Amino acid sequence: MTVLTEGAGEAGPASETHAEIVSGDLLRFATAGSVDDGKSTLIGRLLFDSKSIFADQLESVEQVSKDRGNDYADLSLLTDGLRAEREQGITIDVAYRYFATPKRKFIIADTPGHTQYTRNMVTGASTADVALILIDARKGVVEQSRRHTFLATLLGVPHVVVCVNKMDLVDYDEQVFEKIRAEFTEFASRLRVPDLTFIPVSALAGDNVVTRSENMEWFDGSPLLSHLERLHVASDRNLVDVRFPVQYVIRPQQNDARDYRGYAGTVASGVMKPGDRVLALPAGLETTIESIDTADGPVDEAYPPMSVTVRLADEIDISRGDMICRPNNAPTVTQDIDAQICWMDESASLVQGKKYAIKHTTRWARALVKNINYRVDVNTLHRDEDATEIKLNEMARIRLRVTQPLFVDAYQTNRQTGAFILVDEATNKTVAAGMIGGAAHQY
Amino acid sequence: MKSHVLTQLRSLEAESVHIMREVVAEMERPCLLFSGGKDSIVMLHLAVKAFAPARVPFPIMHVDTGLNFQTVLDCRDRWVERTGVQLVVASVQEAIDRGLVQEEPNGSRNRIQTPVLLEAAEKHGFDALFGGGRRDEEKARAKERVFSFRDDFGQWDPKNQRPEIWNLYNGRVHQGESIRVFPLSNWTELDIWAYIEAENIDLPDLYLAKDREVVERSGMLYEVNEFTPLKDGETAQVLSTRYRTVGDANLTACVESKAATLIDVVEEVAAVRLTERGATRGDDKVSEAAMEDRKKEGYF
Ligand SMILES: Nc1nc2c(ncn2[C@@H]2O[C@H](COP(=O)(O)OP(=O)(O)O)[C@@H](O)[C@H]2O)c(=O)[nH]1
Ligand SMILES: [Mg+2]
Repeated sequence: MTVLTEGAGEAGPASETHAEIVSGDLLRFATAGSVDDGKSTLIGRLLFDSKSIFADQLESVEQVSKDRGNDYADLSLLTDGLRAEREQGITIDVAYRYFATPKRKFIIADTPGHTQYTRNMVTGASTADVALILIDARKGVVEQSRRHTFLATLLGVPHVVVCVNKMDLVDYDEQVFEKIRAEFTEFASRLRVPDLTFIPVSALAGDNVVTRSENMEWFDGSPLLSHLERLHVASDRNLVDVRFPVQYVIRPQQNDARDYRGYAGTVASGVMKPGDRVLALPAGLETTIESIDTADGPVDEAYPPMSVTVRLADEIDISRGDMICRPNNAPTVTQDIDAQICWMDESASLVQGKKYAIKHTTRWARALVKNINYRVDVNTLHRDEDATEIKLNEMARIRLRVTQPLFVDAYQTNRQTGAFILVDEATNKTVAAGMIGGAAHQY
Repeated sequence: MKSHVLTQLRSLEAESVHIMREVVAEMERPCLLFSGGKDSIVMLHLAVKAFAPARVPFPIMHVDTGLNFQTVLDCRDRWVERTGVQLVVASVQEAIDRGLVQEEPNGSRNRIQTPVLLEAAEKHGFDALFGGGRRDEEKARAKERVFSFRDDFGQWDPKNQRPEIWNLYNGRVHQGESIRVFPLSNWTELDIWAYIEAENIDLPDLYLAKDREVVERSGMLYEVNEFTPLKDGETAQVLSTRYRTVGDANLTACVESKAATLIDVVEEVAAVRLTERGATRGDDKVSEAAMEDRKKEGYF
């Protein structure tokens, strides 16, 4: 069990003050890889080496590993809940896990499962800053690696980190790593991957996960955790296009705040400041931001993902589902949507001519499926233009006609105002995730 | 130039506020389940912030087991007084008297709270109940949705949960169905404590260490009081202890601790999380208590 006591790492001593422990920012990443590539082991290793697990959990892992006669503690046991589930045959689902270092808090969306992988991967990647793709060094780039990368880029995940795992089983050979890197880079060049990094690791032995591997002196990059800690994500957020979907109107019916009227919401993109000229949609009226309020007092600017309350200089009729933006930088106002969708419902398929409820930012409307342009085969990226229905885990390009105008941007420029869900009006189930690819028509 | 990056606590806060506003905007009659424990108090604090300067636009419900620490009730009443929030009390004692539920042999009223809760929710027509559950509590909770759908019997069907993509939550329900909403899903125990400290949130003083007269029973420390009086042959001792959990007063144990201020507690929680193998027995106990803690704190 020597591996466990090594526990080096960045998560400093217990004497740190609270301020140092929680002062970092938040990074969300989604993991993907084929079964047995080592995802659970890698996550277990990150949790263990960052000391995010309790003593009792660790002891049981060590005990079970010892009982099985393993040389190493099987860190995948830390995420065992999923394995039990697999045995019982329950639908494998996205699981969320947490760990923190003094620099950052990490939220991991663990997206396992082969059959449900598209739905899981789309869910996990939808909010991820980073996609972590695992590749077994012995197997190299496989079909699944391509699919996962395709989905990550489709969902607009700005950073992709490819962990070439099980390097211990290929004698830590630089050639093996370089060959995989070259092949993957070639394939990724056809996708939209803004930032691509490769790291050779052994999740089991800990090489290049938290500490630099002594077995791979030839690798001059950072170990995974330092890479994740240092990854610059601030510039990924769209700070240019002001989009503030109104979520709720705060109008206290109280004597102490009778004249207050504020528009509560989460800044979707852009930076808002008091004094800025703004345009309210769909009213089409211009006014000025009088104040940006929070419970802790007014702030001099608001940026994503702050939740604030905006007060405007003029009385305009604004309600939930409306959008505040800049007069010279407005989203497209349209009832015709062209989008890429991922179908997520097992009990019914998407069919042309059917109506669904649609939720886009804070606005609900109804949408008619005008046309299924084509279905995309996620394995081959082949387009089937004769498809008439879209089933669970299938992707398609469709056109919708919406009952009310939506205020949209292309998903590739705005992950908030470019996204929507479809809901079955009979069952109320969320049946699809949609990414807007440039509005079909605008006025 | 400013960095335009929120710290983790402010990101979590913003997300929770977003979730609460979404629920109030879309659901007809939300309600916040308030146990008097730290997680439900943090939720209420977030609700106050989400709707300021207006009052919290939904009631809070306390499922009163009749086995409360007085300081927890006092703290609850201070919150009600200070925020003007409407308080609904659902009494377990009264439900026992009516025969809706029966006392469990071990004296725990933890499980029999559920029917009382469901009955009260139905009576008041609540279609969304905020709960303080967090995904870091147990492996099994790691996949819980933020909006967790319940059928018209209030039951949870793991196979019938809605995918949650981006922050586009779907709270649509038919008559009689409801959702449980977990605004603290992405918080860890350490985040909660760091936030309590940063915001100086009013908690029952049970959470802070002081000298208490305690008796040890099967490795657990119980304060000597009217709920857990000294039995024949037992001896009490005075130790510096605090509670990590607020459950039924007759069954909740405290742990040895010197953490007398919020900062001390944050440091203690951080240290416990960082405990490596070879920890002392005392630390193991803390860890076990933490697990128990979690089970008790969640109403569901
Ligand atoms: N030799 C070696 N084995 C590994 C490594 N990472 C994972 N494994 C083993 O590969 C198997 C599958 O790992 P697991 O983490 O469960 O894969 P998952 O299905 O992707 O979660 C387990 O037996 C692990 O012990 C590694 O870096 N080196
Ligand atoms: Mg696994």
